[in-house]
Order: sequence, then C-alpha cells, then structure tokens
Amino acid sequence: MKVVYTDVLVIGGGLAGLRTAVGVRQRGLDVLVLSLVPAKRSHSVAAQGGMQASLGNSAMGAGDNEDIHFEDTVRGSDWGADQRVVRMFVNTAPKAIRELAAWGVPWSRVARGSRESVVNAEKITISEADDAHGLITARDFGGTKKWRTCYTSDGTGHTMLYALGDQTIAHGIPVLERQEALALLHEGNRCHGAVVRDLITGELTAYVAKATTIATGGYGRIYKVSTNAIICEGTGIALALETGVATLGNMEAVQFHPTAIITAGILTTEGCRGDGGVLRDVDGHRFMPDYEPEKKELASRDVVSRRMTEHMRKGKGVPSRYGDHLWLDITGLGRAHIEKNLREVKDICEYFLGINPVEQWIPVRPTQHYSMGGIRTDHTGQSPTLKGLFSCGESACWDLHGFNRLGGNSVAETVVSGMIVAEFIADYCETEGGELSIGTGLVREFLDRERQRLDALLLGTGGESVTALRESMETVMMDKVGIFRTGEELEAAVQELQDLLHRSRNITLRTKAPGANPELVAAYRVQKMLKIALCVAQGALLRTESRGAHFREDYPQRNDRDWLKRTLATWENDSDDLPSIHYEEIPVTDMELPPGFRGYGTRNHVDHPDTEARVAEVEKTLAEVPEADRFARQQALMDYESLLPEKYRGRNERLTERL
Amino acid sequence: MSTRMPASPADTAVVRRLKIHVLRYNPQDPASKPHLELFEVDEAPSMTLFVALNDIRDRQDPSLQFDFVCRAGICGSCAMLINGRPGLACRTLTSVLGERITLAPLPFFELIGDLSVNTGKWMRGMSERLEAWIHSSSEMDLRRLEERMEPELAEQIYELERCIECGCCLAACGTARMRQEFVGAVGLNKIARLRLDPRDQRTDADYYELIGDDDGVFGCMSLLGCQDVCPKDLDLQTQIAYMRRKMLRAAVFSGR
Ligand SMILES: Cc1cc2nc3c(=O)[nH]c(=O)nc-3n(C[C@H](O)[C@H](O)[C@H](O)COP(=O)(O)OP(=O)(O)OC[C@H]3O[C@@H](n4cnc5c(N)ncnc54)[C@H](O)[C@@H]3O)c2cc1C
Repeated sequence: MKVVYTDVLVIGGGLAGLRTAVGVRQRGLDVLVLSLVPAKRSHSVAAQGGMQASLGNSAMGAGDNEDIHFEDTVRGSDWGADQRVVRMFVNTAPKAIRELAAWGVPWSRVARGSRESVVNAEKITISEADDAHGLITARDFGGTKKWRTCYTSDGTGHTMLYALGDQTIAHGIPVLERQEALALLHEGNRCHGAVVRDLITGELTAYVAKATTIATGGYGRIYKVSTNAIICEGTGIALALETGVATLGNMEAVQFHPTAIITAGILTTEGCRGDGGVLRDVDGHRFMPDYEPEKKELASRDVVSRRMTEHMRKGKGVPSRYGDHLWLDITGLGRAHIEKNLREVKDICEYFLGINPVEQWIPVRPTQHYSMGGIRTDHTGQSPTLKGLFSCGESACWDLHGFNRLGGNSVAETVVSGMIVAEFIADYCETEGGELSIGTGLVREFLDRERQRLDALLLGTGGESVTALRESMETVMMDKVGIFRTGEELEAAVQELQDLLHRSRNITLRTKAPGANPELVAAYRVQKMLKIALCVAQGALLRTESRGAHFREDYPQRNDRDWLKRTLATWENDSDDLPSIHYEEIPVTDMELPPGFRGYGTRNHVDHPDTEARVAEVEKTLAEVPEADRFARQQALMDYESLLPEKYRGRNERLTERL
Repeated sequence: MSTRMPASPADTAVVRRLKIHVLRYNPQDPASKPHLELFEVDEAPSMTLFVALNDIRDRQDPSLQFDFVCRAGICGSCAMLINGRPGLACRTLTSVLGERITLAPLPFFELIGDLSVNTGKWMRGMSERLEAWIHSSSEMDLRRLEERMEPELAEQIYELERCIECGCCLAACGTARMRQEFVGAVGLNKIARLRLDPRDQRTDADYYELIGDDDGVFGCMSLLGCQDVCPKDLDLQTQIAYMRRKMLRAAVFSGR
C-alpha cells in the first residue's frame, strides 16, 4: 500500500491550481500538485484573448473601476452570481494582474500618442495620455462597458501559465505529471485526500492531506464539438460528486462561444470582435446590428451565440459539407494588427483551414466553450458539506459567473480565486483541519475499492464499447442540451444518458494491460462523464425558465419569482442513475445590484417579489451618501471587504485614483 | 476577398487510403519489441494527424499511445517525428503528406510508449537547472501601480516567450544527440528571454554560471536544425548567437 502524506494536495496544474499551490507554499505549508499532463500544457495555456482587471490605464478604459467591473459581471451572469464573491473578485483582479506583471508576464503596454483603431467597423483615432505610457493596456471584449481586457497579443493564457509555472518551480513545488485522481478519500463530512493512478505505470497511490483542492477545469468534452482541450472532461468535478456528500452548482449553465472555426471547433478569440471584426451571413450582410443595435457583435456571449443560431435557422447560414456556418470578417483590421495582436488566430486559420484571415473571411459557428457550473463552494472555496475539500478555477462554482461568464473573467478568476482560496486553505490547515485524522484502515478500503473497480473494467464481459458510449453521449449533449433547449428534447436526453450510464457498467475492453492503457482510461472516464452529463441535462430539464446561457424555448422568460436560485446536484449512491437536484435561494434582500433588465432584446422577465422593495432600499441608502465617495456608497449597500483575506484588502491605485 | 471554403483534396479527388506506419514499443511490457506497425485509414476532408491517430485508436487499436491536449498547436504536447521530421501532429493536415506516412516518437526524450515521450519531465529539469524564472528582490505592493515597461520591450519579450516547450528543437539538434545534458535551443531561448527582461535582476555573470559551458551556449554547433523545425518560427539562431557573444563578454570581463 503506497501512501504519501502532505499538508495540501492540489489536483490540477492549470492557472487555478498553480496559483493556489504557490499561495499555500508562501504560507509555509507542504504542497503537492497533481496533473494529467505537464502543468504548462494544461488547458489554461490556450486562453488567447485576455484577462479582465479594471486598471483604467488606456484611453478607452479611462474611468474604469471595480464598480463598473462589478456591474458588468453581475449583469453578464443574469443575476445568478453571488454578488459578494463578485465584489471580492473585482477588488482582487488588479492586484492579481500586478502580481503576474512582477512575475514576468509581458503584458501589452500603453503607447503614448495617437493610433488608428477599428470600432464598430469604422476607423477611429485613439489618443493615449502621456502619463499612461508604459502601463498595462486593455482591449475591448463582449459585455463590458469599458475596454478592460488586459492581454499579451493573443497569447495571454500562455504567458500567464508560463509565469505561474516558473513560480511553481521557483518555490520548489513538486508537480506530479501524468497522475490522475480517481476518487476522494473521505469519511462522514471530512475529506482526507485522494486515490491517484499513475498513467504511465497504472500504480495506485493514496495521497493523504489536511486539505484537498480540486482545480481540474471544465467539462466541455461531454459535448461533441468544444473549444476545450481534450482533457477537459469534468472528471475532477465528478470526484466531488461521487462522494455523495459534496454538491455541484448550476451544472446546466454551459456557455457557447460565438466564433469557433468549423469543423475542428478551435476557438478564434473574442479579441477578433473586440478589435473590430464583424459577423456576416450567407449574403455577406453584417446581421448583428439588426438584432442588437447597441452592442452588436459585442453583446454578451450567450446573446451573440443565440442570435447567430437564430439567424442560421432563418436560412441565412452558409451551407457547407459540415453543416451551416457564418463568417467572421477581420479583414478590416489590417495586416499589421492581425500579425501582431491576432497571430495565433492567423496561425490557426492557416494550419487548420488553409486560409489567410488578412484577406479571407473565417467560417465560424457557436461551439461549447465554458462551464459555469462546478463544485459548489462558499466564498472561501470550501465545500459547505464536505470539510477539507476546496475548489477553485473553472471546476468550482463559488459563484462568480452565475449563468453566463464574461470573456476575460475566467483567467482572471483562476488567479484571483487561487490567491484568495490559498489563504483560506492555509487558515484551515492551521486551525480546524490541522490534525490529520485518518486511519490506515480507511485508506486501504478506498485503495481496494478503486483497485476492484479497475479490475472489474479490465475483466468486464458485458460487451459495451467505450468509443460507442462516448460518441453517443457527445451527440446527445450536442443535439439535445445545446444553445436552444426544450422540455421534450431534454427529457429524451436524460433518458438516453441514463441508458448510456447503465450500459457503461457493462464495458468490455479490448486491451487488458493494467499499466499504460488508453482504453482503460477512456472507460473509467466515460463512466464519470455520464454522471456529469446527467447533472447538466437534468438541471436543464427542471429549470423551466431562461437565464444567461441556459435558454428554454418553451420558457423564454427569465423568471426571478420562481427561479432566482442556484441548482445543487448530488449523487447519493453509486448505483443511482440520476442526480438528486435541490435548490439554494439567491437572496434579493442583500443584493448590491438588485435584479433588473439586462439590456438585450426587449425587457422580458418576471420580477422577484422582493425586488421592488430592495430597489427602493438601495435608492434610499444611496441618497444618504455623497455621490463623490464611491467607496462609501458601495460599503453602505453590501459588505464584502471583511470576507477577503486581510492580505488582499484595500484599494487599488489608478492614474486617477492615487493612493 | 474570397467567401468560399478552401478547397480540400477530397473536393476533387477520390478519397485516399492513408498507410500510416507507427513505430511502436512499450517499455513497460517486457515482451514488447520496437517495430513498425501499419494502419490504414480513409482520409477525410481537413483531416489532421490528430484526427487520424484518434480514428486508429477508436476503431483499430485501443492500446496505441500518443499525447494530445489542446489539439490547436498551442500546448506543445504532440511533437513527434512525421516522416522523420519533428513537428506538431495536431496541426499537420494529412493532405500535405503523401499516402504513406511514418510516425515515430521524438528522439532525445524518455520514451513512455509508442508516440508518447516525457518532455514534461525534461523541461522541468531544465528549468530547475537554469533557474529559469524571474529573480527579483524588489518588494511587491500589489495595491500600487505596476512598474512601467516600454511597449516595444514588452513585445520583444513576448516574441521570445512564445516557445511552447514542445521539444522539436532538441529532437533536431546535433549537439543534443551527443550531449544528454545540453540545454538546447529551448533553454538558451529562455535565458535570452529572461535576460531581456528588466524584472529579472540577474547579471550576465549570473547567466554565465548557468549556460557558459558546452552544455550551454558553447555547445551549439550552429547547424540550424532547431530553427528549421521550430513550430513557432522563433528566431533561435539569432538568439543563441547573441547570447554566445554576451557570454563571451561576460567571461572576458570577469577575467575567466
Ligand atoms: C480556447 C479557449 C480560449 C480561452 N480564452 C480565454 C480568455 O481569453 N480569457 C479568459 O478569461 N478565459 C479564456 N478561456 C477560459 C479559460 O482559459 C479557462 O476557464 C481557464 O484557463 C481554466 O483554468 P483552470 O486552472 O481552472 O483549469 P485548466 O487550465 O483546465 O487546468 C486543469 C488541470 O487539472 C488537471 N486535471 C484534470 N483532471 C484531473 C485529475 N482527475 N487528476 C489530476 N489532474 C487533473 C489537468 O491536468 C490540468 O492541469 C478560454 C478557454 C478556451 C477553451
């Protein structure tokens, strides 16, 4: 029996996992990071467009601050977010970006003077101030009032992950690569670590830890076409689900990105539209202004994706062998801009489509992109039901994004949540979680159970094929749990997924090797993925309203009266074939920004009974605080600062707000 | 301006049947011997080696080992020898290759099995050896404005930062064939990148300690193999030559 002890086990070597590891290490704790792949190859590396932080350095971001970032994020979430978490986040994002700058991220900088730019398909001149020269600049992204998305050309995720990867090495933190966590060690409501399989040798090891953190990213790969890396399979989230104790939040909230190339589903960044690119239909017509006259191509992602699908349904798509698509036209941006700021996009077009986007339009369509749902945690990153289990980054639902995430808010969330959650983990290890209280009997039991599960798969004779199960699951999700959803289709989806889940208990493998065995890996993963898929489909079926990225054609209204709540899913017994779904109210009475009109299409939602009173209360409170003091106004409405670790409290300096 | 899909071979020609020879060997299995195995695959429009290899694994041999992560040419996982030349399999369209394709694992790195090699382990070792991170003793006050940087300098640093640690440069390197400890273009480029960065407060004398020998900048024989195969088109030879001059200077001035 192989057992390794540590203070903090971090499962996941992407941006969120690495930042957490560095944070707890700085607090003097022992930490180990596990990853399926070398850390710098994690999915985070693929983020192109940028990271939101309200620095307000560039002319088009002038006047930006935490308040505006807060409002954009809450509106973007369609009021599904936890507003205290949003406040914690927007206040820490500038600190996070400045830390990354000190660690070596070569953020693109403001250059003084005038330059030509393209906004709304027209050339404009932007003049940057002298005193902003050399500070971090920002570009435009969807759903934001200011240009707030900081970037390094279109390699933002790469530069962030490399800087953090280097810091991890500098701090001497071991990253155990090609290791896959298969199950959490837990007893009652306490988590004690994980059972981990070595993907090269097949060996099982128990990692026993005071605190365990899941930072395993999203679950995009339950869909047939996704912009996500192929390892984003949601199996890390399934670890929590399979305890039967931890809960998952808002799993039905799945974002589709407007512009992935056909057929590979590879993303072209929102920066394309942020920098002035437009969408065109089969006639070459720029159609977004017809639907969203104000925000056009830069409406929130869920909105643009739906409008594109709607337009294609009207017969305005471009037919192709691979189904209909639309065009992304960035030719107006000019060669110099594309070759410098959108080089990754140009590479992708050349290699995968054989076209040059400087001269040709890019064939795109909406594609699965981001998982808002994940392991439910409180604002400290800890599971409210399974102590000692933490989660952050895309795998978590703490809940910053509600039902729709804004572009650029995700990489920002990974590092911000890593910073914050690391402090709470360290506090936990120093106090209540301090003592490791697990017997070897329990460790043995879990190791044996996992060994038996693997053996059962290796010896299975039920005849089901992993590939067939997986392909069926991906198709069901794509066709029936996509951008537009209906009760009828969702019901069918749940049934079909249940059937696949039953069949996944009767897999026969063709390769029996206990060590390196890609088929065995695919088999245990598909069992986990089907449970995740069922959480998404069942959550979507039961939620009879439309909110953010979750759109029900049979219930097109946002319905705050009945649905201003977060979906919680648990999987009580391994033999179950459906998650249990519960709900958690999102109280209107303490919201800083009470629910309102999101600003897309026509005003069409059912109010919560408490909204009117809260709106009046907010107005009354604000009337008593001087307009000039934005900090006092915020403080009067909702406290969040006391929730932040002390280290990260305090104002952020700006050119116009000197400390 | 074209508003048409790019033409692919399948538009006009009959579907090709690709003959993919894969060098197979599983060091974990005592019975395994290195051998070439032939798989035949019907070519599909816009097929990449990523698609072809997954097709083989899904439909012909589920034990075939290879590594893909981003499948978009960004993460550097899938470097292998494609008809003898190091490259990223995920963004190699089969249409640019002949009907007969040979795939082998990247040399130089520890073999995990079939086409999968342990580049991650080597890269981590290299980073530790070269202390390849920003060394700074400045206090950080995260609430204050960030340090300024000239926009052009940030761009120049990013230019070198674009390395994805795929290992192609080492697989194509004459020196690496003879010296297992050679840090390669990837290591030298990383030091060049750090040296350019004012946030790294080390001096040339410090860098000399790390790369001022035959396992470092003086090991390069300027054969250009690295630059020829670099999937990110990094100007590696210029960087190495520049670093060599700087290191020579550092050696002279420190009286070595
Ligand atoms: C193409 C693309 C572009 C994007 N661009 C942007 C952008 O411009 N701006 C933005 O804000 N966001 C962007 N996003 C979203 C953003 O990149 C991700 O949400 C974010 O990087 C997720 O980081 P993470 O650390 O949570 O997870 P990941 O980076 O996905 O890391 C997960 C880690 O967990 C490990 N892991 C998983 N399962 C296990 C297991 N069972 N055992 C052990 N280890 C495991 C993996 O090996 C990996 O190291 C983009 C996403 C995509 C798909």
